[in-house]
Amino acid sequence: MITANKPATVPLRFSLPIGGIAGTSFKPEHLPAILQAGPQAGFFEVHAENYMGAGGPPHRALEAIRRDHPLSLHGVCMSIGGPQPLDRAHLARFRSLVARYQPALVSEHLAWSTHEISFFNDLLPLPYTEATLRNVCDHIDEVQEAIRRPLLLENPSTYVTFRESSMSETDFIRAIAERTGCGLLLDINNVFVSATNHGFSALDYLGDFPLSCVGEIHLAGHAEQSDDEGNLLLIDSHDGPVADAVWKLFEIVAARRGPVPTLVEWDSKIPDWPILQAEAAAAQAILDRCKPAAQTEDRHAA
Amino acid sequence: MRPEVNLGFAAAFAPALLDPTRDVPAAVAGRGGKPAGRRYDVYRNNVTVSLIDALAAIYPAVQRITGTDFFRAMARVHVRESPPSSPLLFEYGHGFPGFIARYEHARTMPWLADVARIERAWLDAYHARDAAPLAPTQLAAVAPERLADLVFTRHPAAQIVRSQYSAVTIIAANRDSAPAERIDASAAEDALITRPEFDVVVRHLPPGGAVFAACLLSGQSLGEAAASALDASAEFDIATNIAGLIEAGAFTSISFGDAG
Repeated sequence: MITANKPATVPLRFSLPIGGIAGTSFKPEHLPAILQAGPQAGFFEVHAENYMGAGGPPHRALEAIRRDHPLSLHGVCMSIGGPQPLDRAHLARFRSLVARYQPALVSEHLAWSTHEISFFNDLLPLPYTEATLRNVCDHIDEVQEAIRRPLLLENPSTYVTFRESSMSETDFIRAIAERTGCGLLLDINNVFVSATNHGFSALDYLGDFPLSCVGEIHLAGHAEQSDDEGNLLLIDSHDGPVADAVWKLFEIVAARRGPVPTLVEWDSKIPDWPILQAEAAAAQAILDRCKPAAQTEDRHAA
Repeated sequence: MRPEVNLGFAAAFAPALLDPTRDVPAAVAGRGGKPAGRRYDVYRNNVTVSLIDALAAIYPAVQRITGTDFFRAMARVHVRESPPSSPLLFEYGHGFPGFIARYEHARTMPWLADVARIERAWLDAYHARDAAPLAPTQLAAVAPERLADLVFTRHPAAQIVRSQYSAVTIIAANRDSAPAERIDASAAEDALITRPEFDVVVRHLPPGGAVFAACLLSGQSLGEAAASALDASAEFDIATNIAGLIEAGAFTSISFGDAG
């Protein structure tokens, strides 16, 4: 009976890589509007954990979406950045989703969310040291071994720094990509949020970031608070439109990197489908504009 | 074996996340090395609010009944006492009905825990493995003299919640946005939760029906289940009950158990 629960694979219907197309978070409340509109040019991204149940409407919805669109499977809870061993049962569920839905993109976070037996349901930060680097690389090796393909690792948004950190976030991320062969998911809103919160230049960060490893970009909205000293503190809330500053940074990155799949994330206070669709169209317009420049660069490099 | 490395950062960072009486960890800092203060509180807030939101998503009728402020205060206590142990949030909150039953401020609503039990069962049914329900024609094909030995296989979504209160009526009135009406909560009601295809259905079982269904779902024969149900209620009617359970999609197949 071991094979009884093995899901049937959904065959690939899109040539990989999917290139410079814009996508959106998939929210089940948008399913009727999406299906009514028929197949669209964009891709959809889902949080893997929402589809780890045995059956029911979530899988039916995901199959309907996956039939006509490329899918991005975005893991949120693998706790890759945590000190304890990966949860093998969770990794097996993740692998099973990759096998079943054959997503065009597979990603996870440079963060942790589980400690001992408690799951905190947040993307928690880690110090950047030689020890944590080895630990993260071991975990990524394990994930990539399980899913038999490269993972895209997302840069975090953070509100604090660890006193013990001995390297910069960009050096840390570059070393991960070099040691594990993983790709990177560059979340430009996260860069902007962290840069504001810690008082560094987002452009400098992007200048240090290994853009050649970037296989996906995230754009999202953020909220504003302040810290104990009255400094602006940005919260990675995913509950509104992409900020103007983040659009500007995206244009710069897209011109340098060339077109890559770009997602507009919206996870809370979810708007009607046309509003999310319009955000993706704005991202697509920037991707389309940068195509000639990127091609020129490629020829130049060749 | 590689040398032991210091990875104590999570042990330093985690304990204060759900405990507001603990100090902000000294291992983390704000700008210029200043204490993390409100910056750490962002994580505390994310963790607590997102887990309360998870409970609100699982228990919409409970929240509608209590009101949002009451619900969130109650959920906050539970989240701090019993954070999830699985990263699958749709599995969270199995301990919440028991918590509600013990929660001091909910004592005036003794039926609230049963409403929560039905909502938890609703979500389990929603995510249960897909399976085709038993077709009524299969039962019709069984020879009458063999009916008593018949054993039913439980559908993965099928569950029973028994209540001393009118939990089924209360939940039916509070799972959608229908206007609130006064409900007599004192009549005992048992619920059958199924998902024959993609829609979860909550049904009110007739007298003796819960005992009957529980026996069948646990693998007892039709004869044994009917005897237990008649013991529980003289009003029990086997034909209505078995037809109702099959129509609800409580089973996937029939067999003759050991005798078959």
